[in-house]
Amino acid sequence: MIQASGLHKSYGETVALDGVDLHVREGEIYGVLGRSGAGKSTLLRCVNLLERPGRGTVTVAGQELTALRSGELNHARRRIGMIHQHFALLSSRTVAANVAFPLEVMGVARAERERRVAELLDLVGLGGRGGDRPHQLSGGQKQRVGIARALAGDPAVLLSDEATSALDPATTRSILDLLKRLNAELGLTILLITHEMNVVKSVCDSVAIMAGGRIEESGSIAGLIRTPGSRLTREIFPLPEPAPAGSVTLTFTGDPQRPVVSEVVREFDVEVSILGGSIEDLAGGAVGRLRVALTGEAAPALAYLRERGLLVEVAR
Amino acid sequence: MTWDEMAPLLWESTWQTALMVGWSTVFTVLFGLPIGVALVVFDRGGLRPLPVLKSVLGVIVNVGRSLPFIVLMIAIIPFTRLVVGTTIGTAAVVVPLTVGAVPFFARLVETALREVGSDVVQAAQAMGASRTAIVRKVLLPEAMPGLVAGLTVTVVALIGYSAMAGTIGGGGLGDLAVRYGYQRFETLLMIVTVVLLVVIVQLIQSLGDAVARRLSHSK
Repeated sequence: MIQASGLHKSYGETVALDGVDLHVREGEIYGVLGRSGAGKSTLLRCVNLLERPGRGTVTVAGQELTALRSGELNHARRRIGMIHQHFALLSSRTVAANVAFPLEVMGVARAERERRVAELLDLVGLGGRGGDRPHQLSGGQKQRVGIARALAGDPAVLLSDEATSALDPATTRSILDLLKRLNAELGLTILLITHEMNVVKSVCDSVAIMAGGRIEESGSIAGLIRTPGSRLTREIFPLPEPAPAGSVTLTFTGDPQRPVVSEVVREFDVEVSILGGSIEDLAGGAVGRLRVALTGEAAPALAYLRERGLLVEVAR
Repeated sequence: MTWDEMAPLLWESTWQTALMVGWSTVFTVLFGLPIGVALVVFDRGGLRPLPVLKSVLGVIVNVGRSLPFIVLMIAIIPFTRLVVGTTIGTAAVVVPLTVGAVPFFARLVETALREVGSDVVQAAQAMGASRTAIVRKVLLPEAMPGLVAGLTVTVVALIGYSAMAGTIGGGGLGDLAVRYGYQRFETLLMIVTVVLLVVIVQLIQSLGDAVARRLSHSK
């Protein structure tokens, strides 16, 4: 759905994007995670060409945006929704008129606009608030208006620029739930950037971790969790790094209640001491990570655990 | 001077001031608003960056603003003749008043438009809005409280400038104060004129503030 290849962007001496490839599949929620200055915001703005990349191509929904002239680009952008960290609502307009803005730009007739706006406000849970001014709304409600506005053009893709970073945790939760629902009900493909691991954990199907203008790691979350040495896993589960020599780190997906450790102790002649661990609920299910030290007959015990589908990493 | 002698003079002068200020306000908005918009749109990082054109405009605006009004009024007499066919009278004053106020107002328009957050402009761009649509539907409406405040300041400045209109026979309250109050020692008339001017400026400022406040939905 979104295909970006070889993106480069620099501002004078500063390199913001240094050869970035991004592939977002239709219908997924894709998160780009990174600290501020990592280049994720530039990457997102390159997807709808708010920033024009110095090199590289961007294709959205089969259309190569980087090859379009400005009039055609304006047309293509109407099929790409965007929501913003600080909502970017027009204070001179009512809530309904804000949502109607993209429809006006598209030249939709007034009656049709009014019908669409009412429908969109209902969809985001703001039915009946159309006459309010943005300043009368809470942050979460403002972002809902932003989402309704972004959906007005019936977009194939929604870009989210730190949409929950200005919100409190409970409101963040409700906005993420809304995005998830829209993803499920409308089949909306969502590309979001965030510096919050929580956002990635709770809604994303896939993730790219960015630093210094490059993507350090990307792929489906389930896949990355099963990849030895994955940065994502280390970031989600805060265990002391580097792992002490000889310690074993177990990552298990599926049923976190399964007593794998006691099974090992019963079956093999080993002692297990637990050094640390935690269980996290991810969008795709619960994942646990445990760091242990084994004494005794370690090799067959580890083989047993691998057989059980656990990711076993032995620190040297 | 008795009241009966003063009243027609005051009435006529107030009407002349209203005419001069009214018409020059209309023309100032007509020319100043587009120039102010151009200063923002053509700027580096603007909607349509044309830095050279912007610099040229900026220089012209600054030249216009650096001339004292009384000098400007005399200096552009040939231009005034070209536009209205005469160089004396109320109509002739409207030309220099407009020429003097356009750069002033254009700068105020520029400042008001720059107050509009870049995030809403970018949001509009992301929605596929054309540059014209962004100016008409985003920049101008969002800047409206600032534009009204700028217009109020401009009208008050125009009332001040119009006091010098007597120099080229434009009449008005300023001229009245000079001719009767100063040159004929009619102190009472002088005081009445001053009070009248203060009241007019106060009314215009209050009206402008009220409209700006009504339009401001940000807080």
